[in-house]
Amino acid sequence: MELVERIISNPVMMEYVWKPLVVILILLFIVLTLVAYLVYAERKVSAFIQARLGPMRVGPYGLLQPLADLIKLLLKEDLIPAEGDRAIFKFAPIMSVVCALVVLAVIPFGWGVATITDINIGLLFILSVSSVGILGIILGGWASNSKYPLLGALRSSAQMVSYEVAMALALVGPLMFAKSLSMTAIVEAQRADHIWYLLYQPVAFLIFLVAGVAETNRTPFDLPEAEAELVAGFHTEYSGFRWSLYFLAEYTNMLISSAIAVTVFLGGWSFPLLDRLRPEHPGLFTLLSILVFAVKVFVLIYIFMWFRWTFPRYRYDQLMDLGWKWMIPATLANILITGAIIMIGQETLGLTKVTGGEYGERLVVPGLAGKAYFIGMAWLVLVPLTWIILAIINRRSYDFNLRAQRQIRLPERPATDDVFGKV
Amino acid sequence: MYQRDLGATEKGSPGIREMVLNMGPQHPATHGVLRIILKLDGETVVDLDCDIGYLHRGVEKICENRPYTHIEPYFDRLDYVAGVSNNLAYIEAVEKLAGIEVPPRAQYIRVILTELQRIASHLLWLGTHAMDIGAVTIFLYAFREREEVLNIFENYFGARLTTNALRIGGLFYDTYPGFEEQVRAFCRIFPERLNEYETILNENRIWLGRTVGVGVLTAEEAKDLSVTGPVLRGSGVKWDIRKAFPYEVYDELDWEVPVGENGDTYDRYLVRMEEMRQSRHIILQALDRLPQGPILGKVPKMIRPPAGEVYHSIESPKGELGVYLVSNGTSFPERLRIRPPSQINLQALRKMAIGHMVADVIALIGSIDIVLGEVDR
Repeated sequence: MELVERIISNPVMMEYVWKPLVVILILLFIVLTLVAYLVYAERKVSAFIQARLGPMRVGPYGLLQPLADLIKLLLKEDLIPAEGDRAIFKFAPIMSVVCALVVLAVIPFGWGVATITDINIGLLFILSVSSVGILGIILGGWASNSKYPLLGALRSSAQMVSYEVAMALALVGPLMFAKSLSMTAIVEAQRADHIWYLLYQPVAFLIFLVAGVAETNRTPFDLPEAEAELVAGFHTEYSGFRWSLYFLAEYTNMLISSAIAVTVFLGGWSFPLLDRLRPEHPGLFTLLSILVFAVKVFVLIYIFMWFRWTFPRYRYDQLMDLGWKWMIPATLANILITGAIIMIGQETLGLTKVTGGEYGERLVVPGLAGKAYFIGMAWLVLVPLTWIILAIINRRSYDFNLRAQRQIRLPERPATDDVFGKV
Repeated sequence: MYQRDLGATEKGSPGIREMVLNMGPQHPATHGVLRIILKLDGETVVDLDCDIGYLHRGVEKICENRPYTHIEPYFDRLDYVAGVSNNLAYIEAVEKLAGIEVPPRAQYIRVILTELQRIASHLLWLGTHAMDIGAVTIFLYAFREREEVLNIFENYFGARLTTNALRIGGLFYDTYPGFEEQVRAFCRIFPERLNEYETILNENRIWLGRTVGVGVLTAEEAKDLSVTGPVLRGSGVKWDIRKAFPYEVYDELDWEVPVGENGDTYDRYLVRMEEMRQSRHIILQALDRLPQGPILGKVPKMIRPPAGEVYHSIESPKGELGVYLVSNGTSFPERLRIRPPSQINLQALRKMAIGHMVADVIALIGSIDIVLGEVDR
């Protein structure tokens, strides 16, 4: 009895087990509710874009729709294909959803207590875990023993390989400024610097956003579940609760992609002038920091939804083209040019000074002139130079300038007007 | 453009692992109960075969056992998204065979109605075609405008889809009060809405990527396959029954036949968009010239056309809709044969799709614009 008590009240247990456990439970509750309402938001946003109302029947403005959907999903029959691999079929959606949720652990939702844990390889952890998550899609498609899910799974594996690379490489640029892989430290660096890395790294942000859409399998990159082509893609054979797990994973991934983008490029929970509150009202500051983070994330999620309801879908080979011929060269160019800009700014011009950060790490903070230099270089040199490199690489590819190319390719009009004599 | 040259890798040669994928009859993108048997190498279509007949009702045989007037509603149910046009094809064939004169007012109203129907049918095509390619929002925009047309039909005939609008020798009803204003109001907003769709699609990089160079049908191939309608015109052949063998009052009106140049999915899309504009133009002209007068010519109580045969075709939204009618002098037709544009255009699918990918097959089905009610009859 005493032993149990000692284990429970052990400060180490307290720090590493009980406190995180409570935060995890709270976070899970919030995130799962949030995901349910993201589906509602998606339907409302799509309705808004498509000149209709969206869910209106269940509760005021359809606000209880997610609850009704949940009940419906839980009551549905759970079908398993006769010749499918039962064990893997059951395991695959769990894998997808667990990988999506685990990533939440390292995301700084706000200042102080709002972060479950801060590990110094935060970004690497996120990238590796979310790669495993797509394995859930592949396994699910394969275990269904059906052709449409198999095609969906094949597409998703190809997509994973191409876009994970671009996504990871896009993050290297801002990391060169933050000089840390820890999510908290990245936010801290931007806060101390009074800058958002979006201003230093416009190309990387754009690529990360596009890769994020591709990673979450949303239009225009929703090939694994392209409704018109593959019925429902990898989850064609799934029903009821298992299907809802995939759904949950998809929306959680969208949340995570936005959260990473906010953390790395948009300053995380920091906001100009908000820091003044910290010494006197730490509680209020924490709350406000969470709010700031949430607003930023929802703005990005709205952009994701906007994409989905405006764009047509890429074809499989075009998706590969975009990944390998546009995005990956662009990220590599971005890394190279950013490195050069930093070297020149830091070593040659001496525009930065080194200070200690809040977490004891070494921060390289540029002064006002340094900031102007970095921002100016990013928008006046980095963006045009990357575009030129891309244009050089792709000038011969068919999708470089479709309209111009079309006019070149078939100039003469076939003289068929008088074939039928009349007209 | 991705289109694999399959000449190098002959069917059955070592190294190719083909998969047979059965697309349909229950599939969201086959526009009904079309079954396509695809032979795939990876995602590339090596071969495909369309299996039709899931919606076969034997309309032609049924028609042999019905009086001429009872056949009219069966035609609405062929291409059920263009009921008025189908009705017109049959009724004109009977009128031609029996030598019935149609008063000018009825002819003008028929033109207005068929052109409205063409717009409605093309809007449905636009919506489903864009949705197949992934642009879901266009679907609802197109339905919003289609709804306006269907409202006009509902006010006129009391039905929206299978209207049974016309009658041998003229029309059932004269226009309702406010018909002209409602049609004009629709024509006023319509170009603006069309521009709205084109803003989303015409210059969209993804849309261009998915349609330019996909499913190219040269003019020669198109004529060999005897495709008609926008599919033929997309390939650069200026052929429209309304111009070639004018029926009703089309020869009195001023309008253009839009043609494409490259015969790909994008050109077929452009042709249909332009056709909607031309239809609006025709409607406005017909409204301006709409004469007063009777709406029904001299029609005998029991229609007994003299023994003989007639082939009459009209330009339905899908292409040339022909009716071949043989009369033996009784009130029942001896034989009735329908030339369905969808079915004949569907034959071009194999030619278009081989070498492309699965996703392109979907785009091509939408681009041909089939309605299974008409394909299977």
